[in-house]
Amino acid sequence: MAILNVQGVCKDFGGLRALNQVNLKVQQGTVHAIIGPNGAGKSTLLNCFVGRITPDTGSVTFDGKSLLGIQPHEINQAGVARVFQTPEIFADLSLVENVKIPAFAKRDGSFRMDLWSRVGTHGEITDHAEAVLEDVGLADKLHMHAGSLSRGDKRRLELAMCLVQDPKLLLLDEPTAGMSRADTNATIDLLQRIGERGITKIVIEHDMTVVFTLAHTISVLAQGTVIAEGEPEAIKGNPKVQEAYLGGAHL
Amino acid sequence: MSAATIDSPGNQKAVAPSANDGGSSRADHIKFLIFALAVLTMPIWLSPIGAAYPDLVQKFAIFGILAIGFNILFGLTGYLSFGHAAFLGVGSYAAVWSFKLLTMNIVPAILFGVLAGGVFALLIGYVSLRRTGIYFSILTLAFAQMSYNLAYSVLTPITNGETGLQLALHDPRILDGPAGAGLPSTNLFGMLTVGYTGFYVCAVMLILAYYLAMRIRRSPFGMALRAIKSNQNRMNYTGFNTRPYTLAAFVISGMYAGLAGSLMAVVDPLAGAERMQWTASGEVVLMTILGGSGTLLGPVLGAGIIKYFENIFSAFNDQVLGRIFDFLPEGLQEAAVVLFSPFVGEGWHLTLGVVFMLIVIFLPGGVMEGVARIKARFDRSRSDTAR
Ligand SMILES: Nc1ncnc2c1ncn2[C@@H]1O[C@H](COP(=O)(O)OP(=O)(O)OP(=O)(O)O)[C@@H](O)[C@H]1O
Ligand SMILES: [Mg+2]
Repeated sequence: MAILNVQGVCKDFGGLRALNQVNLKVQQGTVHAIIGPNGAGKSTLLNCFVGRITPDTGSVTFDGKSLLGIQPHEINQAGVARVFQTPEIFADLSLVENVKIPAFAKRDGSFRMDLWSRVGTHGEITDHAEAVLEDVGLADKLHMHAGSLSRGDKRRLELAMCLVQDPKLLLLDEPTAGMSRADTNATIDLLQRIGERGITKIVIEHDMTVVFTLAHTISVLAQGTVIAEGEPEAIKGNPKVQEAYLGGAHL
Repeated sequence: MSAATIDSPGNQKAVAPSANDGGSSRADHIKFLIFALAVLTMPIWLSPIGAAYPDLVQKFAIFGILAIGFNILFGLTGYLSFGHAAFLGVGSYAAVWSFKLLTMNIVPAILFGVLAGGVFALLIGYVSLRRTGIYFSILTLAFAQMSYNLAYSVLTPITNGETGLQLALHDPRILDGPAGAGLPSTNLFGMLTVGYTGFYVCAVMLILAYYLAMRIRRSPFGMALRAIKSNQNRMNYTGFNTRPYTLAAFVISGMYAGLAGSLMAVVDPLAGAERMQWTASGEVVLMTILGGSGTLLGPVLGAGIIKYFENIFSAFNDQVLGRIFDFLPEGLQEAAVVLFSPFVGEGWHLTLGVVFMLIVIFLPGGVMEGVARIKARFDRSRSDTAR
């Protein structure tokens, strides 16, 4: 069953056609990778899923409901969480606060005026946040300022902020960019582990080890158009894909 | 830890726990008790610096409340309002009307002041919060100036224009008994709230205001406000509808201003539109930044410092200066008086400006950052000797 269904999505920026008639079906419980050269429109496509931009034409349905024309917080409350290409975290807050906040959103909904209880008395939120931070390997930095983390750690923190919500669909925009080889492998491990929980994932990646380790399906985007789609083995041998990647240098 | 210091890269901040998620319940309550005690004993410990008279300590308390409320919006949520004086003015008018129509008892007056500040903030906030950053500030400024001008023109039946709204002998005061000979005095169920009693009313309100701000800061709501200040986009993608949060913060902070305005009327039952002028809105911004925005205590300190300067320095004149520099030889004494006279009396704003600039440049986190730095140095030297 397709949990996310994208039909005929187009988006123009001035004269530039960033997305051109994009169709995409993401199957429940799978990892769907989107690859393509720089500027292909990969991030723009994810932006259409979280309400950052509205496509000019086409439809995006998630779990049977349209994601177009609704607010970003409503999309998140419906079960879509995203790790951004440039980390979006709460730089002025501690790591554990960064993770508690999405946990509150998941438990209490998009608005709750609780101005009397102490954050610390919500034990289950604290425990959950700390457990997820441990999962992503940040257990020793719970009370550090998030703004002082390295780029790779910020990514892991952002991943923790998504995982604590136990989303139905997780969007990952280059989750290992800026990470060392060891950290990349740890992240692959982590993503495989959470894969067992049945979270559907869309992963944008330039690192082909990550792509071929994780993905069940790969879509290749070039200049806003999906030029190929299929299982990893088929994509590897596809001449059009090799062409898009300048003679297959990346593959 | 203030917003202004956070971007200083690396250094000890990186390992120091974030100041905000720490703070055990016990530590908070101890600080609160110390604060309450310090506020109630102001008339004692402020007397060596000549500030222990009811008029001035009342002002400390009232502007402390205003600044605490302002800080909930500015310090926690990151929205710089330039129109807070409007809520102060509305609170004053509401309180004086309560004195005129209902009773000289201050309880309804305070309730109406808070309510009026809140309702007015709801209207202005609903529109202004459609924008962020400088556009939000300009919108609040525009609304406040509009209120100020309307108070002098269309709204004179409510505000009594330039004369200001005052008590009159023939006011109905339907809840009070028949009028006596002179103008009645404000009271708390019969106890007159003049002089130091008036101060203690304000002081108790300040303590309650501080306690509520402390609860808000430690609550999930307060954490959400801090997160909005840090990254509003992330909040939206994290499932929060930030609009009602910012609006609630705006209204709460308007209610604090309404409370402060009503207390001004309690200690001196008249209300004038000059209270709503933009300079008054700017003053609370200065107070908050001077003391340390985002901290609990900072805004109160900032309010105290500014009101102290205003009252003490503005009262200085050349004679007083001459007496201070008495110890200098003849010619030097005159020179010192000439040198310092632009900074006192009418010129106290110059002193305030210089102090403000020095603070912003050298202590961007305000007085509270200075305190934190001294404490850190003290802790370090202690651990050095222990080693
Ligand atoms: N908000 C915007 N306004 C104007 N142009 C945009 C906007 N967002 C993206 N673009 C343009 O659309 C094209 C696709 O950008 P996008 O960020 O989606 O590429 P990408 O595939 O994610 O690339 P990368 O691998 O470098 O992240 C680029 O040419 C980019 O400059
Ligand atoms: Mg991108």
